[in-house]
Amino acid sequence: MSDSQAIGETPLAIEHESRPELRHHFADVEQQRNAASLGMWWFLGTEIMFFGGMFCGYLVYRRIYFPDFAVASRSLDLIVGTFNTTVLICSSLTVAQAVRAAQLGKRVLQVRMLLLTLVFGLAFLGIKAYEWGNKYKEHHIPTFSDYNVISGEGSLIKGDNAKFLGIDKLRNDPAKLRQREAEIQQRTKIFYSLYFALTGMHAIHMVVGVGIFTVITIMAYQGKFTPEYHTPLEIAGLYWHFVDIVWIYLFPLLYLIDRRPGA
Amino acid sequence: MATTAVSVEQKNYINAEYGIRSWLFTTDHKRIALLYLISITAMFFIGGFFALLIRLELLTPAGDLLTADMYNKAFSMHGQVMVFFFLVPSIPATLGNFLIPMMIGAKDLAFPRINLLSWYIYIAAACLYLWCIATGGVDTGWTFYTPFSSQFSNSHVVEAALAIFIAGFSSILTGLNFVVTVHRMRAPGMTWSRLPLFVWSHYATSIIMLLGTPVIAITLVLVALERALNLGIFDPTRGGDPVLFQHLFWFYSHPAVYIMILPSMAVVSEIVPCFSRKRIFGYTFVAIASIAIAVIGFLVWAHHMFVAGISLYSALVFSFLSYLVAVPSAIKVFNWTATMYKGSVSFSTPMLYALGFIGLFTIGGLTGLFLACLGVDVHVHDTYFVIAHFHYVMVGGAVLGYLGGIHFWWPKISGRMYPESWGRLAAIIVFIGFNLTFFPQFILGYLGMPRRYWDYSHMPEWQGLNVLSTAGASILAVGYLLPMVYMLWSLRYGKPAPDNPWQATGLEWRTASPPPTFNFDETPEVTWEAYEYEKMPLPEEVTLER
Repeated sequence: MSDSQAIGETPLAIEHESRPELRHHFADVEQQRNAASLGMWWFLGTEIMFFGGMFCGYLVYRRIYFPDFAVASRSLDLIVGTFNTTVLICSSLTVAQAVRAAQLGKRVLQVRMLLLTLVFGLAFLGIKAYEWGNKYKEHHIPTFSDYNVISGEGSLIKGDNAKFLGIDKLRNDPAKLRQREAEIQQRTKIFYSLYFALTGMHAIHMVVGVGIFTVITIMAYQGKFTPEYHTPLEIAGLYWHFVDIVWIYLFPLLYLIDRRPGA
Repeated sequence: MATTAVSVEQKNYINAEYGIRSWLFTTDHKRIALLYLISITAMFFIGGFFALLIRLELLTPAGDLLTADMYNKAFSMHGQVMVFFFLVPSIPATLGNFLIPMMIGAKDLAFPRINLLSWYIYIAAACLYLWCIATGGVDTGWTFYTPFSSQFSNSHVVEAALAIFIAGFSSILTGLNFVVTVHRMRAPGMTWSRLPLFVWSHYATSIIMLLGTPVIAITLVLVALERALNLGIFDPTRGGDPVLFQHLFWFYSHPAVYIMILPSMAVVSEIVPCFSRKRIFGYTFVAIASIAIAVIGFLVWAHHMFVAGISLYSALVFSFLSYLVAVPSAIKVFNWTATMYKGSVSFSTPMLYALGFIGLFTIGGLTGLFLACLGVDVHVHDTYFVIAHFHYVMVGGAVLGYLGGIHFWWPKISGRMYPESWGRLAAIIVFIGFNLTFFPQFILGYLGMPRRYWDYSHMPEWQGLNVLSTAGASILAVGYLLPMVYMLWSLRYGKPAPDNPWQATGLEWRTASPPPTFNFDETPEVTWEAYEYEKMPLPEEVTLER
């Protein structure tokens, strides 16, 4: 109608035509990018609360059943766990590199970094599965009827642990010993329930992440990301870093409760 | 000349496309709102059916209509359907979805496809829950308390928990969409201090949805895992802590009460100024009160657990914080009242619902303070007093606000006017039926009638009040069915609605009824504050009445 409106609308229309990724309901690319990024940040906020519920349960039981939790924690493989943590941190590094490559418009580097991310992600899941398999062999899976931390190869009350748990003082009182053993059996079961729930939920997030990054890698290979537009890569990266950070909290909470020898 | 002939029938979001596919694959927030409206209405009647069973059983002291097990299932499924499948999505997913983009001058929500996804998630959850009902139902109460739910119940707890887990994601996605939309999609000039209070209240609701829902999600996962895999996380005989479950459950489920009531407050904040022809009194306070309710609401959950063995000191703190959350709620009630003071009040249907809301919510809120008081809570805990209290908030508050909102925006949604005299009649029937149903329950609870009992033959003197309550419920049912009938009738026979039948100030009234697909022909530029009623002419009907 009036001249001022016509002038006001022209650049918008041009932007909508020249930027195919700009969806109809946004005024400009900047607004679309800001919305996507804010959306992902809030989503990560919900994820913090999601894991937060389990962390809270874990902390309550860790406090009231500290010795039992510490002993169960010692049964987790420290070397494999540390190695896996390194693998995951490396994957976050490659994600950051991929975003940087997209900013610089280096497509080949971008695809390489994304492929490396997928390799690291799958390696993490493989190593995690191996650890879970070991727990199965040690009869440390809470839902199975052969769950046993008192005797057999998965016994947690041998050597230093016996002293730590106060078992060795009960040797000449069989009734009390049996009672304490039953307690340890139950309380470590709670530890392992939470261990599998937490690492399982984290692994599900990793599987989702690998799925997302497979799509992102294909998009990157097709050259969809430019220095001006790589929002999907950026917000997928935010998700990946978040899943990484969850592990950074899980690792010390689950693996490093009390590792002092003979404490 | 030839071009004007083409546009005889104006294109709007309803007639823009035809066919079932154009609805099932739509990303238009207005169409998704209608999809939600239909689905939650269906769930409302299913939940209402269970309420009917409860009230019929309690008509006589003896447990004669249902078996004890069936009664347990009836009240459990009544609660779960009404809370998770009706009240939580009710106003946000329908009116919020429809109106928020229009009120801030946007073409759509920030993530239209995620909006559609949230409806499909809701439908998946509802189907799973219906399947759970069809295969025998669940009997844990709506609260899923452990260890009953995880060890002893013989009903379909895992299916019900998973259905509610899934429904939670639909609510998270709706909340996410609203928060990002309000932050990023406002039209030029639509500053935070010019936002309608409807938007402020939904913003606060969305924050609770985002931060609370994930906690109930993981809690229900743990219950389902505990039940399916026989773990012992919440089982006291195996070192688990059932009170931990209650903490985690109420950490969501108390703020969830504010998810249900804040959107109704949102509606009332729009209706009251419009039908008083006055600016809202204390805009800033009402806006901040919404945020304060969301924040403080997260800090009061343990008042549900005063008799569950929590420490006296934490009980004192939670009691104090529960009193505190009454302050922002009271600010709202006082400000609505002050808005009406010396206003030109007219008693149209939406206003009748809004006035009903203010009165009933005040009763519901004040009886909430009785329950926040440690000593009184011990006496009335788990009695019908509690039932009456939260139905005054959930039905007298949330549902009345919902009905008021549907009437207020019906001309915008459908392009038709509903029959006003029928509307007023239904509003009065709802008000009478509601009070007759639930006021006797305050007395019953005070006299000691426990909730969830199916047989009270040891106390036959409770029958009179129970008969009153059941009679009220039948009146209430008529009040719910009437709008269903005349709203559907109005779709075909109603008077065509003008763009702004109430002469209201919101941006949503400055576009066509029903609106075009992208809401506005040109992105509006806002240079005014919300609720400038002194600059609006009186609506036609009001002028005639004078």
